[in-house]
Amino acid sequence: MNYFPDEVIEHVFDYVVSHSDRNSLSLVCKSWYRIERFTRQRVFIGNCYSISPERLVERFPDLKSLTLKGKPHFADFSLVPHGWGGFVYPWIEALAKSKVGLEELRLKRMVVSDESLELLSRSFMNFKSLVLVSCEGFTTDGLAAVAANCRSLRELDLQENEVEDHKGQWLSCFPENCTSLVSLNFACLKGEINIGALERLVARSPNLKSLRLNRSVPVDALQRILMRAPQLMDLGIGSFFHDLNSDAYAKLRTTILKCTSITSLSGFLEVAPFSLAAMYPICQNLTSLNLSYAAGIQGSELIKLIRHCGKLQRLWIMDCIGDKGLGVVATACKDLQELRVFPSAPFGNQGAVTEKGLVAISMGCRKLHSLLYFCHQMTNAALITVAKNCPNFIRFRLCILDATKPDPDTMQPLDEGFGAIVQSCKQLRRLSLSGQLTDQVFLYIGMYAEQLEMLSIAFAGETDKGMLYVLNGCKKLRKLEIRDCPFGDTALLTDIGKYETMRSLWMSSCEVTVGACKTLAKKMPSLNVEIFGEGEQADCYVEDGQRVEKMYLYRTVAGKREDAPEYVWTL
Amino acid sequence: MSLAAVVMEEEGRSKLVSQNGVVDLKERNYLGVSDCSSVDSCDSNLPSLCDEKKVNLNLKATELRLGLPGSQSPERDLDFYSTKLDEKPLFPLLPAKDGIQKNVVSGNKRGFADTVDGFSQGKFNGNTGINVMLSPRPVVAQPNTVKEMPSKALQERPCAARGTTGHNHAGAASIAGSQPASKAQVVGWPPIRSFRKNSMATASKNNNDEVDGKPGPTALFVKVSMDGAPYLRKVDLRTYTTYQELSSALEKMFSCFTLGQCGSHGAPGREMMSESKLRDFLHGSEYVLTYEDKDGDWMLVGDVPWEMFIDTCRRLKIMKGSDAIGLAPRAMEKSKSRS
Repeated sequence: MNYFPDEVIEHVFDYVVSHSDRNSLSLVCKSWYRIERFTRQRVFIGNCYSISPERLVERFPDLKSLTLKGKPHFADFSLVPHGWGGFVYPWIEALAKSKVGLEELRLKRMVVSDESLELLSRSFMNFKSLVLVSCEGFTTDGLAAVAANCRSLRELDLQENEVEDHKGQWLSCFPENCTSLVSLNFACLKGEINIGALERLVARSPNLKSLRLNRSVPVDALQRILMRAPQLMDLGIGSFFHDLNSDAYAKLRTTILKCTSITSLSGFLEVAPFSLAAMYPICQNLTSLNLSYAAGIQGSELIKLIRHCGKLQRLWIMDCIGDKGLGVVATACKDLQELRVFPSAPFGNQGAVTEKGLVAISMGCRKLHSLLYFCHQMTNAALITVAKNCPNFIRFRLCILDATKPDPDTMQPLDEGFGAIVQSCKQLRRLSLSGQLTDQVFLYIGMYAEQLEMLSIAFAGETDKGMLYVLNGCKKLRKLEIRDCPFGDTALLTDIGKYETMRSLWMSSCEVTVGACKTLAKKMPSLNVEIFGEGEQADCYVEDGQRVEKMYLYRTVAGKREDAPEYVWTL
Repeated sequence: MSLAAVVMEEEGRSKLVSQNGVVDLKERNYLGVSDCSSVDSCDSNLPSLCDEKKVNLNLKATELRLGLPGSQSPERDLDFYSTKLDEKPLFPLLPAKDGIQKNVVSGNKRGFADTVDGFSQGKFNGNTGINVMLSPRPVVAQPNTVKEMPSKALQERPCAARGTTGHNHAGAASIAGSQPASKAQVVGWPPIRSFRKNSMATASKNNNDEVDGKPGPTALFVKVSMDGAPYLRKVDLRTYTTYQELSSALEKMFSCFTLGQCGSHGAPGREMMSESKLRDFLHGSEYVLTYEDKDGDWMLVGDVPWEMFIDTCRRLKIMKGSDAIGLAPRAMEKSKSRS
């Protein structure tokens, strides 16, 4: 079978990079499995409970980069009670014990303790990159350990984590001989940092390309930092609050002119009104602009700024830009590929963005492939137009703030609109629905959404048929999450083999009963079926006929997990 | 008697029989609005369009489901948004839940029940600083309502929780048009990361404290000074929609200075003054409400449309009438030259 020596095959495998491709390689034959596992350096584990750390380490001894995801996606919206799980410590422990030469760790929605960070920092001599997204459980002490002990640290990227700030000097813990930093993002930290230490760190990091500051860095410090780091490509401004007449502001304006490498801009966590003009000189180079945390910027200022950003490919903003503002985006940003429009208050600025803004975008930005859009209303006609104008959607997430609102023009459900989207966008991989929806939309999804991998449903559907259309039709479905829909036991149990082909299924506030979950768990030992309520004891579910409040099931080869809290009942 | 008149008179209660035979008319309430928007008409056993919906209601209500009969599921509330069918449960729920049910049948009115409902839905699980409704109404009822739930029969709880979700939805839908700022909230909706939600709340608070004028889309705090008062106040202009509202709020806020009662200082609304005293306050000739606009000029409040006013107002001042003489004519000139 093998006409080539192993070394040759290894060399060929080096060119195969994507996770799914490498997974396929390993399935071809035993020797390829063997060669693949010894050469695999990057591993992605979408559900940290699907496999045990020991097994990972055993199979891939040459592991350099590990990506782990913990809690279910709906944990982002407070639907998963505290303490559910997703602890990273066992992973770091196992990796440390096995002497794997870990260099990169990327975690999402996991619980990271200071102990884990300390162990991490001491165990891997070549550790280079730590990326934490939506994690919790650690403090600035843990960061201090990473800063102090990771001698070749290149990247420390903290995105939207809940970090307890101990007002320590974690930034000062970077040793004087640490000059390897390429990326530093601490925008999510709430506390003060040592400005002097930061400036010195920047000064001795000639390779620094990405720097995202938190709120505590004032404008004068920002100006000094930019002077030291004209090579920056990605800048996150913490505080942009200052007197427009001050020297500091004037100096900043001059310094910004030198920052010609900046292509990505974000932050503005605090901003003085009418001060964005200082940014105009670099707008023409921007390909990515994230102003979704800049509550202080008014719609009119936003619009003025965006007019200058002709090369924009990614734009994250708040809905205060309004429909008219989106019209300006459509005219100015012809290369736009990804757009996210967030509500400026949890229930939005009344009438801030509607279907009109989205239609305008679809007409001007034909390359759009990723969308997250919070709006007050949507119409079928608008969705049909958008589907026609932008057939390249890969991610389409629409959130109508009033979750069951019908088309306001026709008072019809939005089935036809979303149907048009799935029919037109043949590459659609991720879809989130909202608005008034019947079973019909799921029929369309099952029929047309052939590439769909992730589907999020809330307050939709009428009968079990809805869920079944999706389970039967979407062959590539990996993650299905459902809340507050009338899908029950029939929907859950009709095609149980399907769940082995998926990563996970979440159902909360639906019509599924304890008995059905038990049946499912019994028939499918390769799945973990967890049911839980709102922090109650697990044994409150005594009767089979009882409705389950939350159910999370996922395929696993690791068996029932040991670290589940009391309120989680793994069937 | 014309058909229409019969309909109006009888409030849609009886089948309409014209000389031509039975007419299948839409049942209308006395306002002439079609369909059964009144609870009573749906209950009565009458042949009409209402029956069709009532039949549906029956089916749904008798569908074998877990939980209490008559408890609502999300999809049932869809119609509610269009103010068509008011779905009244066929069987009254347990007393504790009546409060929750009420908001479904109350139409566009928002009662205290809505508030309670919103809070119970908040599912006070400790990290819901944002999830809990931010209405200024007294929230005493909330913790009790939520904490009671676990102690009830376990069977009820999941349904109740979901029932309230549905209700909240109805609540949210019903008040969509009226008071967007204090909508009932559903846990985890809209789906925004808690980190982002918390940041938005902090950001708007910080901006309000530090920036005079226009901090952002969520709040518009401006200073309010009054001649002779020892300290200034701040008001969020976005919480009002008319001059009348602003005026009343300012009256309440500053009344203690004029009427000599500066007992407990606190947020507006807590001063217990008689209405009549307050009414004379600003409407009388003694004080005039003025504002400083973007150009730095002092203008009389009330000349321009509310939206324009919010856009240009930087601070407010309650001037003594004698100082304000001559202000009004100038204000009119200015607004003329603007428009």
